[in-house]
Amino acid sequence: MRTAARFAVGLRLEDVAVARGGRTILADVSLTLAPRETLLVKGRNGAGKTTLLRAIAGLLPVERGRIALTNAGSEAQDRRGHAIYAGHADALKPALTVRENLAFWAKLHRAPIARIEEALAALDLASLADQPAARLSAGQKRRAGLTRLVLSGKPLWLLDEPAAAIDADSLARLTGLVKAHCDKGGAAIIATHDRISLPSARAVIVGPEATA
Amino acid sequence: MSGLVAIVARDVVLALRAGGGAVQAALFFALAVLVFALAVGPDLDTLAELAAPVLWTAALLSTLVSLDRIFQADFEDGSLDVMIETADLLELVVLAKAVAHWLTSALPLIIAAPVLALLLNLPQEGYGPLLLSLAIGTPALSLIGALGAALTLGMRRAGALVSILVGPLYAPTLIFGVGAAKAGLEGAPSYGPSLLLLGAVTLFAAALAPLAGAAAIRFNMR
Amino acid sequence: MVTEYANPEKFSRLARPFIPALGAMSVLLFTAGLYYALFNSPADYQQGETVRIMYVHVPAAWMALFCYAAMAGASAAGFIWKHPLADVAAKATAPIGAVFTALALVTGSLWGKPMWGTWWAWDARLTSVLILFFLYLGYIAIWETVEERARAARLAAIVAIVGAVNLPVVKFSVDWWNSLHQPASVFRAGGPTIHESMRPPLFFMAFAYMTTYGALLLVSMRAELAARRLARLETLATEKISGVRPE
Repeated sequence: MRTAARFAVGLRLEDVAVARGGRTILADVSLTLAPRETLLVKGRNGAGKTTLLRAIAGLLPVERGRIALTNAGSEAQDRRGHAIYAGHADALKPALTVRENLAFWAKLHRAPIARIEEALAALDLASLADQPAARLSAGQKRRAGLTRLVLSGKPLWLLDEPAAAIDADSLARLTGLVKAHCDKGGAAIIATHDRISLPSARAVIVGPEATA
Repeated sequence: MSGLVAIVARDVVLALRAGGGAVQAALFFALAVLVFALAVGPDLDTLAELAAPVLWTAALLSTLVSLDRIFQADFEDGSLDVMIETADLLELVVLAKAVAHWLTSALPLIIAAPVLALLLNLPQEGYGPLLLSLAIGTPALSLIGALGAALTLGMRRAGALVSILVGPLYAPTLIFGVGAAKAGLEGAPSYGPSLLLLGAVTLFAAALAPLAGAAAIRFNMR
Repeated sequence: MVTEYANPEKFSRLARPFIPALGAMSVLLFTAGLYYALFNSPADYQQGETVRIMYVHVPAAWMALFCYAAMAGASAAGFIWKHPLADVAAKATAPIGAVFTALALVTGSLWGKPMWGTWWAWDARLTSVLILFFLYLGYIAIWETVEERARAARLAAIVAIVGAVNLPVVKFSVDWWNSLHQPASVFRAGGPTIHESMRPPLFFMAFAYMTTYGALLLVSMRAELAARRLARLETLATEKISGVRPE
């Protein structure tokens, strides 16, 4: 198993600005996230929640400022090696079964094979594992996409609107999963416009009205 | 490395499943040859002379129409995000996608080519050179095509643009490919050199296309 | 030295007086070049009067190659050093180069009919120049399609740099392959073989094309920089920048 020291990771953003499509979307963003902490990022649609998460994941370049991991040995460590982004798109191939989809992601993430079953169980997909992904409902697809969090073994989870399309039971399961992840020393940032409530989580608002 | 193998293997599986592209690629190729043959007419001598150029042109066209499969679906469903997040080198992902495209789009053509060559009355001694030139040359079409697909990633009306961009870059492959196939058929001394030049084009594309394609994807994903 | 002119406003100001100067030079050079080419140079002993097409055709072909090299070079500079004027220069060069290439192709065709007996031949030189023309069009098409300027600049730069592999093919095609087209007679190892009396009109015309390119380049770059400034102001007016604060 991974040692808690290596797994524990926090995050610090200093005066970060991010542009997309030639326009500055976010500016002067400063944030800190401690290990074991969950941060809810709230804000209206189009406010820049996805942009913030993708920049943290390393999928978008930062215009100004810096994003650094804390508690990860040295601050200069590659964020991509520690963060996993689960976005609106589930990255599922409809022609493959659920298990085949997971097996593909496991290979990309260099995860052990055993973790596939662990991930299926964690999101209550074991009974659907041999179904083609095309036959899943929208909520089931969402859960299948979220298995990548468990598969990746990464300490920093970046969840973009994970509550979309899933029912109350699955949502409770997901928040439980996030809580367990943070108890192990991980951290999570969840972008949501309203539905998720985590009593233990801190919340921030993203939007034009929140500029410094 | 195992991630790259997984990308190629997954694309091959997807192409072979129902609704996949492998059969479509071969069908489009056959249709293109058929249209040429109908336009040329039934004269067997003319057909025999045109067999190699027609098969090469059809191979080029069917590669062109299948280019959107290389990155577009992975871009839309988020798979490309996962590949970018996990890959050590995006250049190698581009190379893997080009290899997968060759296996799923070009290899079916090479398998179908002898049958179509038969319909075009290609003389017997022409089969070896034709298949060899296709085998050496079509990887260049997939590699340059992957660059074109990367350049037009996520764009509306990408189909016309990718043809305009890739078309001129396909010229050397077509010229040397047809040159080698014809020289081999006629037993001309330029057969060997043409094959070598064709191989050089493929190697050059293998070196350049992943570099340029990865750069293009990075700019297009922002 | 380079970064000193990187400021677009400063560049636009400095470039302005060069435009009429280059324009005037180009008119003078065209007058002299065309006078020599049409009236004050000998007819060729083989080709007769049609040789005069050369004075329009050959410098156009030189410019076709020169402009592509300039475009690819500027693209590489923009790509590597992010110099703000490099992409502007490359973008402005493309249509000018495409017109020179078209001119070389059309005049070549007009010359080919009396000399070779055909308007067009699919030989290495002609084909590679035609490909050059399509590379220009592909480069322009990227700029036309991609709306966001920074992204268009990077993608177009990749296209220009990759397409540059065609340049040596164009230049050496007459040496590498048997071609209807005659080999180089001016820029060749061992000195020019073209007759002395044909050199003045050829060089007057070449410099006329060069100054025309210079003038058009500066006009086009200033227009592009002005358009960018306008777009930036419009963006600033409508931009909604988000920040983050605790709930």
